[in-house]
Amino acid sequence: MASDTDRRNLPPLELYVPEPKFRPGDEADFSDIVVPPAGETRRPDMADHHEDMPDLAYGLVRVLDDEGKAVGPWDPKLDPDTLRKMLRAMALTRAYDQRMFRAQRQGKTSFYMKCTGEEAVAIAATFALDRDDMTFPSYRQQGILIARDWSLVDMMNQVYSNKKDRLMGRQLPIMYSTKQGAFFSISGNLATQYPQAVGWAMASAAKGDTRIAATWTGEGSSAEGDFHSACTFAAVYKAPVIMNVVNNQWAISSFSGFAGGDQTTFAARAVGYGIAGLRVDGNDALAVYAATQWAAERARTNNGPTLIEHFTYRAEGHSTSDDPSQYRSADEAAEWPLGDPIARLKNHLIALGEWSEERQAEMDKEVAEQVKTAAKQAEKNGILGHGLHQPLETMFEGVFEEMPWHLKEQMQDMLDENEAANNVAKTR
Amino acid sequence: MSEGATKQMNMIQAVNSAMDVAMERDDSVCVFGEDVGYYGGVFRATAGLQKKYGKTRAFDTPINECGIIGVAVGMATYGLKPIAEIQFADYIYPGLDQIVSEAARLRYRSAGEFTAPMVVRTPSGGGIFGGQTHSQSPESIFTHICGVKTVIPSTPYDAKGLLIAAIEDPDPVIFFEPKRIYNGPFDGHYDNPVQPWSKHPASEVPEGYFTIPLGKAKVLREGEALTIVTYGTMVHVAMRAVEDLGVDAEVIDLRTLLPLDIETIEESIKKTGRCIIMHEATRTSGFGSELSALVQERCFYHLEVPIERVTGYDTPYPHSLEWAYFPGPVRTRLAIERVMENVSG
Repeated sequence: MASDTDRRNLPPLELYVPEPKFRPGDEADFSDIVVPPAGETRRPDMADHHEDMPDLAYGLVRVLDDEGKAVGPWDPKLDPDTLRKMLRAMALTRAYDQRMFRAQRQGKTSFYMKCTGEEAVAIAATFALDRDDMTFPSYRQQGILIARDWSLVDMMNQVYSNKKDRLMGRQLPIMYSTKQGAFFSISGNLATQYPQAVGWAMASAAKGDTRIAATWTGEGSSAEGDFHSACTFAAVYKAPVIMNVVNNQWAISSFSGFAGGDQTTFAARAVGYGIAGLRVDGNDALAVYAATQWAAERARTNNGPTLIEHFTYRAEGHSTSDDPSQYRSADEAAEWPLGDPIARLKNHLIALGEWSEERQAEMDKEVAEQVKTAAKQAEKNGILGHGLHQPLETMFEGVFEEMPWHLKEQMQDMLDENEAANNVAKTR
Repeated sequence: MSEGATKQMNMIQAVNSAMDVAMERDDSVCVFGEDVGYYGGVFRATAGLQKKYGKTRAFDTPINECGIIGVAVGMATYGLKPIAEIQFADYIYPGLDQIVSEAARLRYRSAGEFTAPMVVRTPSGGGIFGGQTHSQSPESIFTHICGVKTVIPSTPYDAKGLLIAAIEDPDPVIFFEPKRIYNGPFDGHYDNPVQPWSKHPASEVPEGYFTIPLGKAKVLREGEALTIVTYGTMVHVAMRAVEDLGVDAEVIDLRTLLPLDIETIEESIKKTGRCIIMHEATRTSGFGSELSALVQERCFYHLEVPIERVTGYDTPYPHSLEWAYFPGPVRTRLAIERVMENVSG
């Protein structure tokens, strides 16, 4: 080993620690973000080899232009009824989020997470999937359930952990699960759903089924090993899966640079794995729909997986436990160059002559009313409060299909403890 | 329950036969892992399965334990019955989150809508000069997780019956295969010639379908003087030591660590009043700690002497000092002598 005196005279190394462009108090200026004009990005044939489309991992698929017109090869040419349904699902999701966020602030539950600004990513994608395609979401894709007309009351029962909560109060609010809705049980451990979606898709392919899987994760969680495990397996077995990375710029307080976003796009991860990669304007519902439709068809015809980066912006805090004003510029959301997904789809429908501001205002009222009615109904089943809405024994049920002796014993201990507590209360 | 003709098998052949039988009976059973497909596994446990059942049911995987187990969870959710092989138990850690937070929790967190009926098979334990990355016994990590079952067979017969039961089980099962006894019942005398399974009665294994229920221990030897509670390779070390010392010990092979057959343990210790717990794994927070606590809680007034533990040391598994580390005949004898010291008459 060389001693100090043997060493050459070299400049000291420097550690690069990424830093977001704007902090609280800064004026947000996103003029350096390259936003190609809508319609510009090419649309390869769905069956083309992934090596013939690396440019798509660095471009930005956009359909809606600034005038609200749908342009270019990715225009999915949806009929106005479908567009209105999509718009309504997005508006309903936003109204639902507002109501449940407020419910948390009112102390009706412990926790909530909004998807404001990211509605298109879940909803337009779900519209492009079949109803029985299996979804493996992260915690910010409540839009999938709403797009599938899932019961708002059922969702709220879960958020309130009340006595009608199908998950028996076992999960943190918003960690929905419904087999019937082809919506996998949400995990709080990030990106674990990624290899699971690939496994589900592999099973579907092995069985000669026709259903595909789709999964979502944030750009922050794409740094997890599970993400890379999933990409490897998806590529190796050409699994019929759509892997969505929702690049909403922020992972709690860490900007996308801490997941590698300073160096390349998230869609570019696909290139190294030999997967088709698309980078999409995530606030453009038609672009999200078109990309998902393309990827779904690709998967369904044994042409393998697609990784889609949805370039979007988390317009609100990470969760009810977060205060984004502590770490990012307050005007980022307003300055975001890709606008708001609901406003953009609305403008498109208006430009088509199929919608109006009045009808939008009317719809907003209707969805707010719909959410309010659902909330009232759900609250009749109870709100979180101090919890304890389920029989105490249920704590021990479902750990295994059959309860082993040690859990039976512990269950009895708990019941004894509860009785002792009641006796103490009585003697006071 | 057992049926049909028997055949002499070593533990690898028994494990292979279990998967073969399960795959034959149920086309949702599939096996995969590193080198598992074409080659048939580094220990040959899956030999012939790809040829017989095709590449979509027996296949190789990337070297990625997180992916292997994560994919298995997804497959199980779909409705398949995956058997994932982790080449060595020492390699299981990258897949741990998918076991702890996913496979084990799925039934509970989805209130039974999604489940993960899957088996993770993995060779464990030392005695093969595998050094610290091919010798570990991490079973207590898994018994500490709620929602997975942990199984460790000690003979070819048990390996087959337990593995079929594990495959059919509705919950995820971690199935440890003590690799030192794949080819013979190693009794701890490393300097003696290797004994093949053919001389052991438990190498006669039914060729067809049979199961051994999970959660049931086996009393290998009845005795009055003391109870030895053990599993895996140490079963054979214990049996040999008892024989050599001529002590009237009751030897219990747990076979399943969780759910644990506490009744068999309690019954025995209430009879003998003396207890030795033996495992290869490191001592602190090893499964022996739990066993010791349970015996103390349930049999305290029956105990004549303190409970003894014969275990590996709390060091990484050494390479050249393997036979100083391994809880072999001498450590076992000393423990038996200590426990029997105060016997009068």
